[in-house]
Amino acid sequence: MPSTLKKTPLHDLHLSLGAKMVEFAGYDMPVQYGLGVLKEHLWTREKAGLFDVSHMGQAFLKTTEAGLGEDGAHEKIAAAIEALVPGEIQKLKKGGARYSVLLNEKGGVLDDLMITRPVRDDGQGMLFMVVNAAMKEQDFALIEQALEGRARLEIAADRSLIALQGPAAASVVAGLIPEAGEQKFMTMRPYDWDGVYLLVTRGGYTGEDGFEISVPNEHAEKLANALLAHPDVEPIGLGARDSLRLEAGLCLYGHDMTPETSPVEANIAFAIGKRRREEGGFPGAARILNELQDGPARLRVGLRPEGRAPAREGAEIQSVDGKTIGVVTSGGFGPTVGGPIAMGYVDGAYADTGMEVNLIVRDKPLAAFVSDMPFAPHRYHRG
Amino acid sequence: MTFKYTKDHEWVKQEGDAYVVGVSAHAAEQLGDVVFVELPDIGKSFKKGDDMAVVESVKAASDVYAPISGEIVAANQAIVDDPAQVNADPQGAAWFIKIKPSDASELDALMDEAAYKEFAENS
Repeated sequence: MPSTLKKTPLHDLHLSLGAKMVEFAGYDMPVQYGLGVLKEHLWTREKAGLFDVSHMGQAFLKTTEAGLGEDGAHEKIAAAIEALVPGEIQKLKKGGARYSVLLNEKGGVLDDLMITRPVRDDGQGMLFMVVNAAMKEQDFALIEQALEGRARLEIAADRSLIALQGPAAASVVAGLIPEAGEQKFMTMRPYDWDGVYLLVTRGGYTGEDGFEISVPNEHAEKLANALLAHPDVEPIGLGARDSLRLEAGLCLYGHDMTPETSPVEANIAFAIGKRRREEGGFPGAARILNELQDGPARLRVGLRPEGRAPAREGAEIQSVDGKTIGVVTSGGFGPTVGGPIAMGYVDGAYADTGMEVNLIVRDKPLAAFVSDMPFAPHRYHRG
Repeated sequence: MTFKYTKDHEWVKQEGDAYVVGVSAHAAEQLGDVVFVELPDIGKSFKKGDDMAVVESVKAASDVYAPISGEIVAANQAIVDDPAQVNADPQGAAWFIKIKPSDASELDALMDEAAYKEFAENS
C-alpha cells in the first residue's frame, strides 16, 4: 500500500475492527468489516451502522462584513454563499441544515454539500459546511477566492465526522446525549459531551434516520467507541455506504453528477430555492432557470433491470427500438430491494416512470424500466 | 480428487471424462457477497482463457475464464438461483460448469494446491 495515502483519526480503530482497507479520495478507508457489504447494509437498515466520514471536508465560513452575532450578520454570509449556490440560505432557520450544490458558470455541479446555519445567536454570520472528500481542496479554494473580502473560510481539519445511521441510531445517540434524540431531520445542535464540543446534525446518506457528528480529532476514537459499545451498532464500510445511498436514490458526486450536469438534470431541483428561481443570481442561472421552465434535455432517473443481473456505471441505455438514449451512472445490487437497481441519465422523452428501456450489459440488451426513487423508502425523522 | 487452479482463481477437478470448474475459496472471499451468476449454455465451446461466465458481488462484476479448452457439458443452475452458495461452498456445492476438454494436456499448466496457495497469498 502506498504510504502517500492519508489516514483519518479512526484509522487504527478500523484496523483493530478487522476492516478491509481501500484507497478512496486519497485516503486509506474501510470498504468493509467482518460482516461484509451485504450484511452491513442490512444491519444499517435494521439497527444502526457507524460510518467514518472524516475524509469529508468540514469548514466554517464567517462573514467579514459584520461581527459574529451582530444584526444582519447572517444576511451578509447568506448573500455571500448564495453567489455560489442556488439554495435558499437567507431564510434557513437557525440550526437548520440544507443540501445544496456549488455551481460553475455553465450551471454545472462542481460538488454537492451541506450548509448549516448555527443555532446560537452569537454564531450568526457563520455557516458550517461539509463537502465531498475528493472535491474539498478544489471547493475550498473556489469559495475562498470567490468570497474574498466578504467572508473568511476556516477549514476544520482538526475535526472528524462520524455518521450513525439506522432506525436504532436515535436511541443510541440519546444514550450519550439525551437532547440529540429529540432533534428533527436537517437540524444541527452543539453539545458538550463530557467536555468535548460536538456538532450533531440529524440526517445522512443512507435514507435512514440518523446523525452526522462532528467531533475534534483527538476525541473521535472515544466517541466512536462509545457508540460502538451499544449492541445495536456495527461499523460499516464504504461498500455498504454506496449500496445504501443508491437504494435511497442519492447522488454520488463525480458519478451521478459532474461539472457537465445541472441540478435540474440531476433531478435535485428541490435544492433550488423559490426566491432564487425568481431572482436568479447564482452561477449558470440562465441555463438552470430555462431548464426549470422548459424541462431539461436529459434527466437522472431510477432504473430497475427486469432480471437479476446488475447494470453497472457506464452501461449504455437504449430505447426498446435500439436508439442510444443515455447512460447508467451508478448501478448494482440493492440488498434491501433484493434485486438490481441503477440510476442514470436519459433523454427527457424517455424519463417517465414505467418507460421500458434496455441496458447494454456485456454487449447484450437487458430489459429494464424507469423507476421512481428512492428504491427503498426514506425513513427520516421529520418530527 | 485434487484441485488444480488458474492464475484467474478458477479451480478445476476431474470427474470422469469431464472437468468440474468453479471459483476458488480465495476468490469468493475477495469477491464478497455474490448476488448474480451467469453461466454458459450447455453445448457451447470455449478456448482456454475465454470468458465463459460472470459472477457479480454487491461490489463489482468479474469474468470467469475457461481454464481449459473444451465443450460445456453441465451448468450448475443452483448457483444461478441462489448466488450466495458461491460464498457458502465455493469449492463444493457451488461448482459452475463441467467441461469436456479438447486438449487434456492444458491441465498440466495449472497450479496445484501448494503453488496456488502461494500465488494467492502474493497476488
